[in-house]
Amino acid sequence: MKFKKVLSVAMIAAMTAVSFAGCGAKSSSDEFVIGGIGPTTGDAASYGTSVKNGAQIAVDEINKAGGVKIGDETKKLKLNFQDDANDAETAKNAFNKLMDDKMGALVGCVTSTPCIAVTSLSKDAKILQITPSGSQKECAQYDNCFRVCFTDPQQGDAMADYIVNKLGKKKVAVLYANSSSYSEGVKDAFDAKVKELGGTVVVEEAFAEKDVDYNTQLSKVKASDAEAIFVPAYYQEVSYIVKQASEKGITIPFFGSDGWDGIIDQVSDKKVVEGATFLSPFLSTDTDQKVQEFTKAYKAANGDANPDQFAADGYDTVYTIKAALEKAGSTDIDKLQEAMTQIKVEGVTGDMTFDKGGDATKSTKLIQIKDGKYTAITVK
Amino acid sequence: MNGFIEQFLNGLIPGSIYALIALGYTMVYGIAKMINFAHGDIIMVGAYILLLGLNAAGVPTWLAILLSIVGCGILGVVIEKVAYKPLRNAPSLAVLITAIGVSYFLQNLFLVIFSSQGKSVPKFIHVSDFTVGGVTVSGNMIVILVVTIIVMIALTYFINKTKLGSALRAVSEDKGAASLMGINANRMISMTFAIGSALAGVAGILWVSMYDKAYPTLGAIPGIKAFVAAVIGGIGSVPGAMIGGIALGIVESFTKAYISGELVDAFVFGLLIIVLIFKPTGILGRKRIEKV
Amino acid sequence: MANEFVKKKSGEVKKASIKKLIVIALVYVGVIVLVNSGILGYQYRNLLVSVSVNIIMAVSLNLVTGFLGELSLGHAGFMAIGAYTGSLITLHLELPMWLEIIAGLAGAGVMAAIFGLIIGIPVLRLHGDYLAIVTLAFGQIIASILNYAKSITGGASGLSNIPEYTTSKHYILVITLVILSVVIISNIMKSRYGRAITAVRDNYIAAEATGVSIRNYKIFAFVVGAFFAGIAGFIFAHNVGIIKPNKFDFNMSINILVIVVLGGMGSIRGSIIAAIILTVLPEMLRDIQDYRMLMYAVLLIAAMLFNNSKLRKHLVDDGALKKLFTRKKKEA
Repeated sequence: MKFKKVLSVAMIAAMTAVSFAGCGAKSSSDEFVIGGIGPTTGDAASYGTSVKNGAQIAVDEINKAGGVKIGDETKKLKLNFQDDANDAETAKNAFNKLMDDKMGALVGCVTSTPCIAVTSLSKDAKILQITPSGSQKECAQYDNCFRVCFTDPQQGDAMADYIVNKLGKKKVAVLYANSSSYSEGVKDAFDAKVKELGGTVVVEEAFAEKDVDYNTQLSKVKASDAEAIFVPAYYQEVSYIVKQASEKGITIPFFGSDGWDGIIDQVSDKKVVEGATFLSPFLSTDTDQKVQEFTKAYKAANGDANPDQFAADGYDTVYTIKAALEKAGSTDIDKLQEAMTQIKVEGVTGDMTFDKGGDATKSTKLIQIKDGKYTAITVK
Repeated sequence: MNGFIEQFLNGLIPGSIYALIALGYTMVYGIAKMINFAHGDIIMVGAYILLLGLNAAGVPTWLAILLSIVGCGILGVVIEKVAYKPLRNAPSLAVLITAIGVSYFLQNLFLVIFSSQGKSVPKFIHVSDFTVGGVTVSGNMIVILVVTIIVMIALTYFINKTKLGSALRAVSEDKGAASLMGINANRMISMTFAIGSALAGVAGILWVSMYDKAYPTLGAIPGIKAFVAAVIGGIGSVPGAMIGGIALGIVESFTKAYISGELVDAFVFGLLIIVLIFKPTGILGRKRIEKV
Repeated sequence: MANEFVKKKSGEVKKASIKKLIVIALVYVGVIVLVNSGILGYQYRNLLVSVSVNIIMAVSLNLVTGFLGELSLGHAGFMAIGAYTGSLITLHLELPMWLEIIAGLAGAGVMAAIFGLIIGIPVLRLHGDYLAIVTLAFGQIIASILNYAKSITGGASGLSNIPEYTTSKHYILVITLVILSVVIISNIMKSRYGRAITAVRDNYIAAEATGVSIRNYKIFAFVVGAFFAGIAGFIFAHNVGIIKPNKFDFNMSINILVIVVLGGMGSIRGSIIAAIILTVLPEMLRDIQDYRMLMYAVLLIAAMLFNNSKLRKHLVDDGALKKLFTRKKKEA
């Protein structure tokens, strides 16, 4: 009996040994491997897939233009993107697989929790980590970690400022997902900022992610004297909320965070989102030339699918890595970290600079749904 | 006061749907003495069949609805024949694990086919809303309530007044004795699965009429909650399932409105544990003595 | 005659424990060689910890489901309690690393065991389907409360920056914990308690009639199972560094259940092997994640149908017939 046990353990050990002996990826010295981690399966699959596709466009463009000049060498880029299924443990395994595959810099992770889990690994491995879309504060907690997207608090601040200061709506209702750190992070900053600006949050109701019935919360909003309703959440939940609000006869305007991007395709009747305003760094119908070229390339490569903000973030992240490598003239992490704070990247999500804390400074872009279409509004 | 009435009505909608699902649980448990864990996922299948029917060109709405109900009934029978029947004499642990397996199979099959993205179902119930004394009552909700009540009356009549219903009750009471009396127990069990699953199909249709979207895990949460409702009402009892379902919907709505949205699950499942410990047979259930 | 029997028995025991020691030594040596020789890359070194967590989870669930015969659908809940308790201890204590680890492990295990005891109360009155549902409800309630108690648990964001004490860098510690857990649980199974628990599973009415206090043994199984799930939670949290309530959901309980079922209910060896395969395999098949759960579902149904089928009876009986041919002759 026990012998069998030893045998099976040995067999499994041998099996694993064989399996990875084969995949010790060989990377030639004129190639710089950019690792990517994000969910390409599971509930959050669309985010990871978008980042992957966006990053691939950037890598192809850069290689076509000759590659990246690091000091005296010119290297081609290679994207190695691994799935993490939006799970911290899987992301750690993915990071280690990428280390085996000689990763030089990391685009990732796409979602916050896996991203935070990976930061300590990238710190130890001295790898430049730039998350395209990890908005929770801790995603950029170490010196080697940066982000190109807004932080949750930045979004809350910006929306509070717009609603209270620019539109003069002082009484606001808030619906947020208490099981989502993203939703909670935006909400906390929003509440604080509203108070600071002299407004009041008259109703604040929580819901759980994947809830489908919001009638209870909406009844309370309706009974209040709120002038605006702010929902920092992803479009899945938002699509239910806007529909049920319209059925309840709620007519006050909706405001949202960048999770709203994609909402129009999620509602069967576009009227329920008409007039809603949300924050997003990217709009594929923008007239900006860079955006137009990126949208064209993305559509050509991905069966006519429109790029979303995640694709744009992935694209910009690769260009940020390129800029840092060229500025530093080296792959040394200390030099890269220093270079990051000195570069200015003109991306499709706006012009960005980075501070020592890892956050990007860029202008906010507000999008309003008008006649069933996303329309940019500029805030001065 | 209006707020209170409105929250009460808000609870009636999911409550009625829980009740319909709970009816299926109760029937299957009553006759096959097993928890059909996959019951909730049949709702999801019903929603998808409806979606495909409504989107297909040339299929009238009534046919799409009928296809969905019949499809679910057939699915229920197939599941029973393939997965549960071979285990009729196996320990209950094996049956329960198999049922969980079936539930996961359905969810992941639809995930692979349709992806995890929710798909919007076009609006197909057109009843306008009206206002009574300042409270808006949605027409959709009236439809859901009426359907639920009709189904319950029909089911009670069927079980208590028809010959087939008597046979059903006989099998539930004592399978061996019923067989000796010339009742084909296997056919009765198949029929129960067909009816229970068709009811799940109806629940699925009402669900998407209210909440608009079909997605692979749609049935998981309402399924578990409906089970809680069936247990609270007394598993095996038709009116019990109805009372349990509606009570649960209202408890949920009031918890959200007056206590905390975060604690809804804790309340619902806490209620289940308390009922099971202090009155395992539920409100209207009968005591079953276990024999060796 | 009796003396001879005892002698023989003690000799067997001695032989068995020597074998056991050899196996343990081999596991240690094997792991040390694999890690230090560089045969294992970063990825598989890291997987060592995931495998370890799953082994402890599966073996401890096996105690409840395989040996006691009660389906627990809330095993991830105990793991969550261990993970949170352990992390809160190591996050707030300012002690040398080893003391923190010991305090954290003890806290994680004991707190999970206390909850096991609480769950043990309904266990006194329920069994079978109803008990399974109560354990499921328990898991949901834990997640709901972890979300709600924001000031302690960090709410939806969970706890982050947990000191990484049980990563693959500290593999010796992790392996030691796995071996200890497995040895303790398998010894319990072979002890008087274990036989009593099995008796409860096979026929609880008969067991009670012969004087086995089923209540105590049921609770005992739940408490021990919960304790080790808590230990697994500690290792998990201090490997990943960030924990959230929604990680320890129903799906995780099902994943562990699949390991136990496919490894063979009641077989500790089977649980260990299944835990290794079902952790390593998905890593190799990263690209087909979506199909993984579908595959699990099919395997789960197939395993149950096969275990209770005539085919299996036929095969096993035939196999048994051949092996026991001589004995059968004697009986005849």
